[in-house]
Amino acid sequence: MLASWPLGGCGGVLDPQGPVGAAEKLILLNSLGIMLAIVVPTILATLGVAWWFRASNRRAVYRPDWEYSGRIELVVWAIPAMTVLLLGGIGWAGSHLLDPAKALASSAAPLEVDVVALDWKWLFIYPEQGVASVNRLVAPVGRPISLRLTSATVMDSFFVPQLGTQIYAMPGMTTRLNLQADRLGRFPGLSAMFSGDGFSRMSFVFDALPDAQFQAWAAAAKAQGPALDAAGYQALARPSQGVAPTTYSAVAPGLFDALARTQTPPPPAGAAVAMPTAMEP
Amino acid sequence: MFGKLTWDAIPFNEPIPLISALAVVLLVGAVLGWITVKGHWPYLWREWITSVDHKRIGVMYCLLGFLMLLRGFADAIMMRSHLALAHGAGQGYLPPDHYDQIFSAHGTIMIFFTAMPFVVGLMNFVVPLQLGIRDVAFPTFNSVSLWLTASGVLLINASLVIGNFARTGWLAYPPLSELKFSPDVGVDYYLWALQIAGIGTLLAGINLVTTILKMRAPGMGYTRMPVFCWTALAANLLIVAAFPVLTATFAMLLLDRYLGFHFFTNEAGGNAMMYVNLIWIWGHPEVYILALPAFGVFSEVVSTFSGKPLFGYRSMILATMAICILSFMVWLHHFFTMGAGADVNAFFGFATMIIAVPTGVKVYNWLFTMYGGRVRFETPMLWAIGFMVTFVIGGMTGVLMAVPPADFVLHNSLFLVAHFHNVVIGGTLFGIFAGYTFWFPKAFGFRLHEGWGKAAFWCWLVGFYLAFMPLYVVGLMGMTRRMQHYDNPAWVAWLQLAMVGAGVILCGILCQVVQLVVSIRRREALRDVTGDPWDGRSLEWSTPSPPPLFNYAVMPNVEGEEAYWGIKQRALRDGLAPEPRYAAIEMPRNSPTGFVTAFFSTVTGFALIWHIWWMVIAGLLGAFATFVWFAWRDEDEFEIPADEVARIDRERRRVRQDVLLPSLGRPA
Repeated sequence: MLASWPLGGCGGVLDPQGPVGAAEKLILLNSLGIMLAIVVPTILATLGVAWWFRASNRRAVYRPDWEYSGRIELVVWAIPAMTVLLLGGIGWAGSHLLDPAKALASSAAPLEVDVVALDWKWLFIYPEQGVASVNRLVAPVGRPISLRLTSATVMDSFFVPQLGTQIYAMPGMTTRLNLQADRLGRFPGLSAMFSGDGFSRMSFVFDALPDAQFQAWAAAAKAQGPALDAAGYQALARPSQGVAPTTYSAVAPGLFDALARTQTPPPPAGAAVAMPTAMEP
Repeated sequence: MFGKLTWDAIPFNEPIPLISALAVVLLVGAVLGWITVKGHWPYLWREWITSVDHKRIGVMYCLLGFLMLLRGFADAIMMRSHLALAHGAGQGYLPPDHYDQIFSAHGTIMIFFTAMPFVVGLMNFVVPLQLGIRDVAFPTFNSVSLWLTASGVLLINASLVIGNFARTGWLAYPPLSELKFSPDVGVDYYLWALQIAGIGTLLAGINLVTTILKMRAPGMGYTRMPVFCWTALAANLLIVAAFPVLTATFAMLLLDRYLGFHFFTNEAGGNAMMYVNLIWIWGHPEVYILALPAFGVFSEVVSTFSGKPLFGYRSMILATMAICILSFMVWLHHFFTMGAGADVNAFFGFATMIIAVPTGVKVYNWLFTMYGGRVRFETPMLWAIGFMVTFVIGGMTGVLMAVPPADFVLHNSLFLVAHFHNVVIGGTLFGIFAGYTFWFPKAFGFRLHEGWGKAAFWCWLVGFYLAFMPLYVVGLMGMTRRMQHYDNPAWVAWLQLAMVGAGVILCGILCQVVQLVVSIRRREALRDVTGDPWDGRSLEWSTPSPPPLFNYAVMPNVEGEEAYWGIKQRALRDGLAPEPRYAAIEMPRNSPTGFVTAFFSTVTGFALIWHIWWMVIAGLLGAFATFVWFAWRDEDEFEIPADEVARIDRERRRVRQDVLLPSLGRPA
């Protein structure tokens, strides 16, 4: 609709690949359109009035004492007020419609993924599949993805611009986000919250695959690679950046929940109880 | 003996900070040496450093702001040039640890040490003059405020040479700013510099609120105050309400870092979200602390240069106070993406949009002030029109991000960076420049050179659009802020264009430096003999330029809005009012209290940063001794004899009679 032509296809938020991003793009452009309808005339009027009433223009009427008009005041309060009412309605409805925690309407059950922000990479845990990946989020196309997010370090923000909504990953907290990709492809993802020296290289890829390929990927990940146990996690958690995508064939049970409580992961079943790094509040 | 301070703190192995630090040290040394050689110290000490005159303090605040604008801009142009190079295989020239310090310092300096001193300086200079009074409520306090701000400036710039600055962004979100993730002194520099400067700002706020509420000229009721005084009142009420929150928030972070507390840590029940809420409860009002006085400047400028009273004066007051109150109800819009529920996000989104209503009203009222006027396009008016156009765009993108679903994809992106530069440069900074040009002749007795001023305006305006419109675009393309390196080839051209824009802004700043030098050299030709160079409307233009120490020989009697305009019209009709009876005037004595307090504060701050505990104690004892010594003094005022007052004021009246009135000479 508006000025999107030079940006389409560049991988940004104006080139959405799923329902959340598409709805947000629509709201963004509609809101912009509503405001431009007020803003452009205001700018033109400012320049026009300033120029017409320039001191050297003797055709312009000089009214040195004109300083108040009740009608004009009514109009100038009313114009922005009505614009804001309209936009406020969009904002109110949009907030509820696109609440990140709200499940997406779909006939398919969502794919559950637990996301952990680390220094400086992303860990994706697939509880159903029992596998995990680093810096590569793989999901079947057309099926909702239900994300739980936390951070095992400082604050980060999980963001795939072409899918829409970003959300903070915060230590000691669990946030929720629901997304969906409607088109096949590889879309860039990043942390949108500065998190230290490795921040710029904390990018990941999002791969939307056909369901069969996704199942094949999960099976392949299950069949090979190391397990993400306590030792594996400690190694992964060490600060590093620009980490190439890898997978884990198994994940210590309860890893995400422990990390979300700012504890180190529990050891494999049968081992001694792990020392928590922090007291529970 | 020296805590954490060792020779390792000096960056001998990093050429960029070392060379820039050396350059700064040499420059400062050269200036100090020149002052010493020329023997200017006694004059500077007597007339400026110890001055409690609100006009001189205002001027010094503005000078501080201008110097820090140069420092902050140096950071800006480094970031822009680095980002034009650091894509794909190119690594740019700033490693992450240095780049992170630069964007943190840029934000901190531009907000706290450029915009704030400028705004506080303008209010300090103008408000008492506009109210028709002789000084602020607490003149010595005023000096303390200034020098505490200078102390913050000194500490933050010391981090360039000794140790390093924070690498946490300008608001130092924990847990990144906690000891665990930022163990070096950078965050401590940030915290102590802002704690000390913040106390200065709080004192300045208390001072101006008291001044405006309690010390107006006879007849100057609230609804007769110039709008600039109203915006100053609103801004200072916000300072009084918001800065204690900042101080308390930083105090908690300091307790975490120094004494092992757990307010915002990952461990032991700490919660960083609390910090984020608290810092924005200060941070959003701060936006209006900077914006409202700029709106006040534009109200004065648009009315003066249109030759008309401000349109909808009462409406403007209402809008100002509405913004003042609403600004405390919107802080959560800085983190819609934190996962609060839909109702919370929707509420804060809507509250944010409501602020656009009074702001929009202001724009329309300025528009109707020009309507039916005779608009003179002198430099202050150019800034005002440039502001109106630019600010409307910035306001629009702000409201756009107040729509939570739009913010979900724009938060923390370069779109946001473009937005807040759009309102801070297009609003606050343009307002500062308009006010600087407008009141410069009042402060120094001569005008600034018009040609260089106009050149500076056009460079700034064009440079702004070139530098920040591309950032809106890359923001929409998904580029997030604070990236030191990127791989997306589609962003390169836009970021290079932004660098060109920064270059054009540099030309604007150079024009301003040249303008100042040229104006000083040609000051005789630019001399303002009448005290009323712009055909002004408020009381400050009834004084000579520069005004005498006591501002007004006799308190003016205010009869209506636009007090001076009324006086001027009567004088044009009936001639000057008869000579008043002059009396001796008591004025506050100059005092080194502010400077000495700030000296000890700097010592204490530096010692705390480096954990030099004996020096902390020495600094605190010194500050306390200063307070006791100040509290014990007997003579805090001196008298200007009636003869002297009469001599100065008769000269003013002579100039009015012989020069100003004939030059206006329009039919009554």
